[in-house]
Amino acid sequence: MYLPKLEQFHKYKEMDEGVLGIFDTPEAIMHAAEKTKAKDYIGFDCILPYPVHGIDEAMGTPRSGLPWVTFFAGIFGCTIGILFQYLTHAHDWPLNISGKSLNAWFAYVPIIFELTVFSAGIYTVAALCFLSGIPKATRRILHPDLTSHKFGLWIPKSAKGYNESDVVSFVKSLGGSEVIVVKPENQK
Amino acid sequence: MSLTQAVRDKLDIPDLVTGGKSLKDVTVDIAKPNEDFPTKLWWNTFLLVLTITLIDVAIIGYLFYEGLYLLGINNPVGWGFFVVNFVFWIGIGHAGTLISAVLYLFRQGWRTGINRAAEAMTIFAVLVAASNLILHVGRPWLGFWLFPYPNERGPLWVNFRSPLIWDTFAVSTYLSISMVFWYLGLIPDLATLRDRATETWRKNLYNILAFGWVGSARAWSHLEIVSMILAALSTPLVLSVHTIVSFDFAVSILPGWHTTIFPPYFVAGAIFSGFAMVVTLMVIAREVFNLKNYITMKHLDNMNKIMMVTGLIVGLAYGTEFFIAWYSGNEYEGFAFWNRAFGPYGWAYFIMISCNVLSPQVFWFRKLRYNIPVMFVASLVVNVGMWFERFVIMMTLNRDFLPSSWAMYTPTLFDYAMLIGTFGIFFTLFLLWCRIMPVIAIAEVKTVMPQKEGAHH
Repeated sequence: MYLPKLEQFHKYKEMDEGVLGIFDTPEAIMHAAEKTKAKDYIGFDCILPYPVHGIDEAMGTPRSGLPWVTFFAGIFGCTIGILFQYLTHAHDWPLNISGKSLNAWFAYVPIIFELTVFSAGIYTVAALCFLSGIPKATRRILHPDLTSHKFGLWIPKSAKGYNESDVVSFVKSLGGSEVIVVKPENQK
Repeated sequence: MSLTQAVRDKLDIPDLVTGGKSLKDVTVDIAKPNEDFPTKLWWNTFLLVLTITLIDVAIIGYLFYEGLYLLGINNPVGWGFFVVNFVFWIGIGHAGTLISAVLYLFRQGWRTGINRAAEAMTIFAVLVAASNLILHVGRPWLGFWLFPYPNERGPLWVNFRSPLIWDTFAVSTYLSISMVFWYLGLIPDLATLRDRATETWRKNLYNILAFGWVGSARAWSHLEIVSMILAALSTPLVLSVHTIVSFDFAVSILPGWHTTIFPPYFVAGAIFSGFAMVVTLMVIAREVFNLKNYITMKHLDNMNKIMMVTGLIVGLAYGTEFFIAWYSGNEYEGFAFWNRAFGPYGWAYFIMISCNVLSPQVFWFRKLRYNIPVMFVASLVVNVGMWFERFVIMMTLNRDFLPSSWAMYTPTLFDYAMLIGTFGIFFTLFLLWCRIMPVIAIAEVKTVMPQKEGAHH
């Protein structure tokens, strides 16, 4: 049976201190991610201008668990839709309109459907925002080209076995075009 | 997408981004209209549509100060232009969701060039439609009564068995899900604009709009899944919205409205008019913003094909309605349709048939599908035709069960002002949007570029 696992809800981590390697092609970042994973720098991340397919496997991050949120939020919305219409119409304020049945559940279907979709969609997006750390207007931007045409490999200080000079030489060995050591004090 | 370039060439599969662009070129080209000072053409068009909008707002104010008697509505034609406009604009919105959601689920790479503009079109069209829905109730300041809320009039709840309440729920759900879908897709592109910005005010503006997106692979992995979920949720949603709009008519007992064909017929009509509007906007956008390498002839060709197919479906629906009216042997149903085609509003019926059924037939020919002026005119004609389709349906009311109560509906200047005003509001919002946000999904286009084939598994 397919069950949700905690690691599927991987979170974005704030970037304060670490080493950033910049690469020019998606192939290069893919290769770099595989090497970094093999090196066991747990907690590293890639920064991409667009979703590069296959990077999740290369980095070893599991598939996102957000469909679980959608599933349960959908059931919640559906239940609210049924209960709300039944309780207001047949229980709280029964009104006989043109002799229609008080619990005319066929007529409730459109609103049950809409509430299911609404709840499923909105809660999933809320979960996405929570896991991706957005919105946050005061976030540090490591390099302006990373949202345009360059690819970044980020190894934070918190990664297991982090040693600045080792990490720098490791990232250089991956063939990146630039290696930047990021410190909180040189924040722009 | 996973085919190699050699195979693509052999199979004659056209590139979705032409002109041998690099990743950086894509960013620069698409961000250009947002970073440059607006052109004279933009200013002129914007001032024109803004004037129309402001006049419209003033007229709406006057209309509700005086009362709805200024409109052409009467008894039996209690539904006038407001409801025609409502159904028309909500239909326009549908192509946006279809392009972004249905084509996403079917892994159609060509949607990336046009989805962003189509989604924006959806939002603005649904806003215009919702405003017509609120206005048509006559006392728009009491529009909030449509929502169930604990109120001071005792525990008096809205009637969930009424299609008007279904509309409220359907339209507001559609609007919110479409907005969320559209904005989520925009966040990475707004981050691109933020990182490119040189002026401080621009940087601050996009910094707020981009929500602090950096492009982390972990966040991308969640975003991709959520895009797919929202696409999967929007697909039945878009069908449900226009189905519910058709229930406004179909759950009544009026001959000509009380038919089971209404939901699929309305949905097909909505896709048809929506695609026509997308073609109109895309033809203009690719010229004005110089985006011919991103909105290629292949994109327009595909949209023309969809327009032709949905045009045929709509044509089939018109025929089926007539056939069933005759085959059912119901004389009231039969009269309603005879009256549509040969009654006092027969001219509108034939405008509808020629615009919706005959004009898209030009797209059988490849040469005409690739001809910009032809498709531009055809898309405008289809929009006129689809507006008339809703008008024809509404005019079924003019001859109801009792000949003694028959009456004609003559729109007044206020009706026409409301109609023109909807276009004013729509284009004002659309033009403003084109200025501050990218018209093409920058990140998504990059995923279908031919030069990055090697990046796939």
